[in-house]
Amino acid sequence: MALNYTKKTVDHFLHPKNIGEIKKPDGYAQIGNMVCGDQLDFFLKVEKGIIKDVKFLSFGCASNIATASILTEKIKGMTISEAKKYKWEKIVTELGGLPKQKIHCSVMAVQGLRKAITDYEKRQVVEPSFGKKKTSPAKKVVKKVVSSKISSKPIAGKKKK
Amino acid sequence: MKVYLDNAATTRLDSRVLVKMRPYLNEKYGNASSIHNLGQEAFLDLQSAKERVAKILGGEAESVIFTSGATESNNLIIKGVAQANQAKGNKIIVSNIEHPCVRESANELARLGFKVEFISANQEGIITSAALEKLIDKETILVSIMTVNNEIGTIQDITSLAKVAHKFGAYFHTDAVQAIPYLKIDIKKMGIDLLSISAHKFNGPKGVGAAYISRGIKIKPLIVGGGQENGLRSGTYNLPGIMGLVYALELAYKERSEYIKKVKTLRDYLWQSIKKNIPNVQVNGSMAKRVPANLNVMFGSIEGEAILMDLSFKGICVSTGSACSATDLRASYVLKAIGLDKNNLNSNIRFSLGRYNTKNEIDYTVKCLKDTVKRLRSFSPIK
Repeated sequence: MALNYTKKTVDHFLHPKNIGEIKKPDGYAQIGNMVCGDQLDFFLKVEKGIIKDVKFLSFGCASNIATASILTEKIKGMTISEAKKYKWEKIVTELGGLPKQKIHCSVMAVQGLRKAITDYEKRQVVEPSFGKKKTSPAKKVVKKVVSSKISSKPIAGKKKK
Repeated sequence: MKVYLDNAATTRLDSRVLVKMRPYLNEKYGNASSIHNLGQEAFLDLQSAKERVAKILGGEAESVIFTSGATESNNLIIKGVAQANQAKGNKIIVSNIEHPCVRESANELARLGFKVEFISANQEGIITSAALEKLIDKETILVSIMTVNNEIGTIQDITSLAKVAHKFGAYFHTDAVQAIPYLKIDIKKMGIDLLSISAHKFNGPKGVGAAYISRGIKIKPLIVGGGQENGLRSGTYNLPGIMGLVYALELAYKERSEYIKKVKTLRDYLWQSIKKNIPNVQVNGSMAKRVPANLNVMFGSIEGEAILMDLSFKGICVSTGSACSATDLRASYVLKAIGLDKNNLNSNIRFSLGRYNTKNEIDYTVKCLKDTVKRLRSFSPIK
């Protein structure tokens, strides 16, 4: 068929790692929505700057599930700053490749994770700060990645299943 | 167990058809345009093929031309008729649930300066005569409305729609690809001027279809060259394919009533079993005005392609809409057109049954589907 998933992608789709919710997470984010055709919810448990646990929920296609699964597997145990730097290209490499119309799934997984980290970082600000908090640099990185690497490909832009 | 429930995408070639095709590959391989005996034998078979197709569809042999399939037939008819009849006007009307080959042909005409109107299906997936009356005028060259929709299987009232078209002097075309053998087609009685079919949708071979172009209709060819098919479609006649199409069409109608009874029983059983075993499901489109082989179901809070892939690993072939949607990944425009809640646009599976399905296969499918849906819902963020 048109969608040739690697064995590893299939494994992660059929047996996803770290699915579920974390009660009282230290960081949480939702990305995407049903109308676009994919949605991911990430939950983080962080101790001393290290990701102790991460879980996710998915409304999405096989590669949406697989990319989130492998991402959570890879970043568990990382420091927050390491996890923030995890690139979508690495997900693609780890899975042994993704069909080109599914690359956006890996981008979305990374975006979702960074959004959850941003949420964690916001919660760390104990004293209410003056004025509005600066936008997280993570967001800018994601934006840059998306526009420079894939917006030229019609498939990975806004297009979802 | 292997279960094929994607017969609206394509069907398995009937082995009886294969037997009839074979001699045309290695014995009766003459070119029907050659004037020696091998060529003329092929020519006679070609002529009889047209007569046989015309007899089943209620038309005339000379109006049947063979193509590479419905995509070509639809392109030829829509673009060819529009471009050859600009003296009449410049308006084309097609429905908003047509197959992409009709939509894109219409879009191409729009780029060429034709006025293209998309007529909307109602919530049941039906195009009403009243809706057509609102859009049509004396400038309309052609109205194209599919007989049966490929995603939700809904059946249009072709006779009434054709009548409206004729009232305004427009030609009426129907893409009848999904209608065979579920409906009896009578081109003359129904008032059809132009029609398209494709062999691989009714257990015939791939790569061959037919276009019915009623006598007297001016049409610009798509493919020019040696002048075959009275200059309407050049290229060496594909005799193995053509003979396969004809025989498959004859078998389909010969065995129609028992097939329909069987497929309807299985389809209804599939839906009853799904409803009984899986919560939060609904049928898309009218259940009453639909061909008996189609079932399009919404599975709430999970995504269609994930269902498809999960079933695929269990040996079950279904689709999320049309086969085209597998590569472009867009939510179904047909389901959008019939007003399905936007939150549910990505949660649908099309089951299309066929000649070779059994009750055992349906039982296995529902058993697997139950597990698949349960698994995917277990980690869905949508409650």
